[in-house]
Amino acid sequence: MCLAIPAQVVEIDDVSDSGTVALGPVRKRISLALVDDVSVGDFVLIHVGYALNKISPEEAERTLALFGEAELVEELAAAPGGGAT
Amino acid sequence: MSVKAKRFPQRLNIRSGTIDMTHGSGGRAMAQLIEELFVTHFDNDLLRQANDQAAFDVPAGRLVMSTDGHVISPLFFPGGDIGSLSVHGTLNDVAMAGARPLYLSSGFILEEGFPLADLERIVISMAAAAKRAGVPVVTGDTKVVERGKGDGVFITTTGVGIVPKGVNISGDRARPGDAILVSGSIGDHGVAIMSSRENLTFETTIESDSAALHKLVASMVEAVPDIHCLRDPTRGGLATTLNELALQSGVGMQLTEDAIPVRPAVSAACELLGLDPLYIANEGKLICICAPADAQRLLAVMRADPLGAEAAIIGEVIEDAHGFVRMQTGFGGSRVVDWLTGEQLPRIC
Amino acid sequence: MKYVDEFRRQDLAKKVSRAIHNEVDRGRRYNLMEFCGGHTHAIFRYGVQDLMPDNVRFVHGPGCPVCVLPVGRIDNAIQLAQQHDVILCTYGDMLRVPGSGRKSLLKIKAEGADVRMVYSTQDALKIARDNPGREVVFFAIGFETTTPPTAVAIRQAQAEGLKNFSVFCNHVLTPAAIQNILESPEVREIGSVLIDGFFGPSHVSSVIGSQPYEFFAEEFQRPVVIAGFEPLDVMQSALMLIRQLNEGRHDVENEYTRVVSRDGNRKAKALVAEVFELRRSFEWRGLGLVPYSALRIKSAYAGFDTEKRFDVPAIQASDVKGCECPSILRGVKKPTDCKLFGTVCTPENPMGSCMVSSEGACAAYWTYGRFRDPTTAREASA
Repeated sequence: MCLAIPAQVVEIDDVSDSGTVALGPVRKRISLALVDDVSVGDFVLIHVGYALNKISPEEAERTLALFGEAELVEELAAAPGGGAT
Repeated sequence: MSVKAKRFPQRLNIRSGTIDMTHGSGGRAMAQLIEELFVTHFDNDLLRQANDQAAFDVPAGRLVMSTDGHVISPLFFPGGDIGSLSVHGTLNDVAMAGARPLYLSSGFILEEGFPLADLERIVISMAAAAKRAGVPVVTGDTKVVERGKGDGVFITTTGVGIVPKGVNISGDRARPGDAILVSGSIGDHGVAIMSSRENLTFETTIESDSAALHKLVASMVEAVPDIHCLRDPTRGGLATTLNELALQSGVGMQLTEDAIPVRPAVSAACELLGLDPLYIANEGKLICICAPADAQRLLAVMRADPLGAEAAIIGEVIEDAHGFVRMQTGFGGSRVVDWLTGEQLPRIC
Repeated sequence: MKYVDEFRRQDLAKKVSRAIHNEVDRGRRYNLMEFCGGHTHAIFRYGVQDLMPDNVRFVHGPGCPVCVLPVGRIDNAIQLAQQHDVILCTYGDMLRVPGSGRKSLLKIKAEGADVRMVYSTQDALKIARDNPGREVVFFAIGFETTTPPTAVAIRQAQAEGLKNFSVFCNHVLTPAAIQNILESPEVREIGSVLIDGFFGPSHVSSVIGSQPYEFFAEEFQRPVVIAGFEPLDVMQSALMLIRQLNEGRHDVENEYTRVVSRDGNRKAKALVAEVFELRRSFEWRGLGLVPYSALRIKSAYAGFDTEKRFDVPAIQASDVKGCECPSILRGVKKPTDCKLFGTVCTPENPMGSCMVSSEGACAAYWTYGRFRDPTTAREASA
């Protein structure tokens, strides 16, 4: 449920509480009524034509790093009952 | 002997005129419409003969015939319109048999009230497409239906062509081991259409890929006369067309997602709307299935043509009693690429 | 596409997959329920199952608001469009859902009803502004992610003084549904189907935060990991659930930290609280009556409530005989356990809610996963 996609804010119109986001080369007009403190350049999560939340670049990096380290963690910890693949 | 425009007291009011029931009734109004719009722009001797049919000699070989009804909305979209679409569509259907198209016909069903300016725009576009392709529209028909009973205009085009000897292209000829090729990026047309439709508003730089592929096909057939299958993935997209071919040939298919060309803008638009590019219509692309030994040569021939510049080998035909089209995803797992269910609609979930 | 492509990388998938294979306890099974239809979709569309060990099973839950909308409410929407000559605005997902008598919004649109697909509630407002002489009804569905946009539209309609706009409210609540599943007899019984852990929904959580799940983790002693939407998120979250289960923990963890916080989106929550209130109970397709699981429009906004403006009778409609959706929605049965699956019931001709939406367990399995189990393969209808 809840198809939502990250996109970058490229334009803001304070009067109508809306803006334009870019997803790759595609642009779409969306409502900013549900978020505060959004600036051009921020990434937001878009769902049914509304920005729902800002995306944290730091947390995104941290999560990606976790994927990359997934194997390392298991090498350091004892694997309970598991064997090597 | 050509018919002079003075036959009619006043020229058609293209600028602000509209279609009315007399334009389909067979009388003077209809004759004028035909003369000043269709004959003028389609501009060929056969049409100028003003018969109800066109008679011509054909070179030796097997005759190929194909027909298409075009009921699209909107009528005008980035990269084309119903006119150019109908010409390209029928040329392509004829070409998918490996045939050289010779002549086209076009039937118009016009809705009462349809603006003549729009009709002229469509006819000019058709004429340009036919001229670019070197295939004239030599006969046609015009009917008018009452307001509310048509969607502006419906166009039916029929094309005839000749298949050279030794060419036997058919949907039931795919064999395990064959290579599957596509001539370029998928999903362009459908996204271009969606971007013009009223309720889905977003700006993209995507244009329809609508194009006539017969010259590309001619060079492919010349290089490899024994191509097994050719088909253009129109409605239902690449996925549906591959499933059709798999069913006809009684085989399965194994595709590689990363090998399938998709433009970044198409990808992004599909993400936004929750659509899958595999199921979106194409109007200027073809799928080719050939023996594995011919794949590289065909790929080179396709890439040398502007309409095949992004051609790619996307998979192979395999043995499969169930006829599944499977795909190795870019992520590393596997999935089935099924037939399209109903109409692909944007989703929120 | 930034924040999309990186989370689908194959090289990273391999790493996480290796970690999962190394850390699973070969002596047990892990039954992990993904509540959210978006996760179901991601799992099938990317073939995530192929990268998981055999003893880890994804159980597909009822997190698809299209799937759980009762037939009677669809009948109401159809009636509104047909009898009252309204312009019925709806998201694309609802167009093909069959109501009683095999009717759907798409079918009645073909018969002349003015049904219009919209992408956003803003589109529906525009239609109302452009057609002042006609009544415009917005068919509101969805979980907590989709509710704030409806709240914004209602407040905007009030601010603009729109006289012809109303909302047919069918918004439902995620925690209530999860509770319903966890409390169902099959799940509580020992020896029956066990759900060992949950993938928390991505975007519902971005609105409500991770805090509401703490109750479930504690009460039912099962771990919850709020998982992002992309396949790498799903795999990493599976790893986090497996780790918790191995360590005997049952905490709420957040994998989707780039979007989800403990509190969620306060502004959105406040807007929703202003416009909506809880219904005492609401019928869910497949789950029956669930208390305090749905929202209705507050009386302060009664002017925009379709159920106050029009006569919208409660319609009791039942599911097709033989349809196993109730069990499938709870993760108790698989699509292949249903006699109707693939025979009478296909995506082309859906009988029940699980086949109707592309994210329903049955539809997802049919479209993407059928080839894994050749005994269930059927000739696709052309």
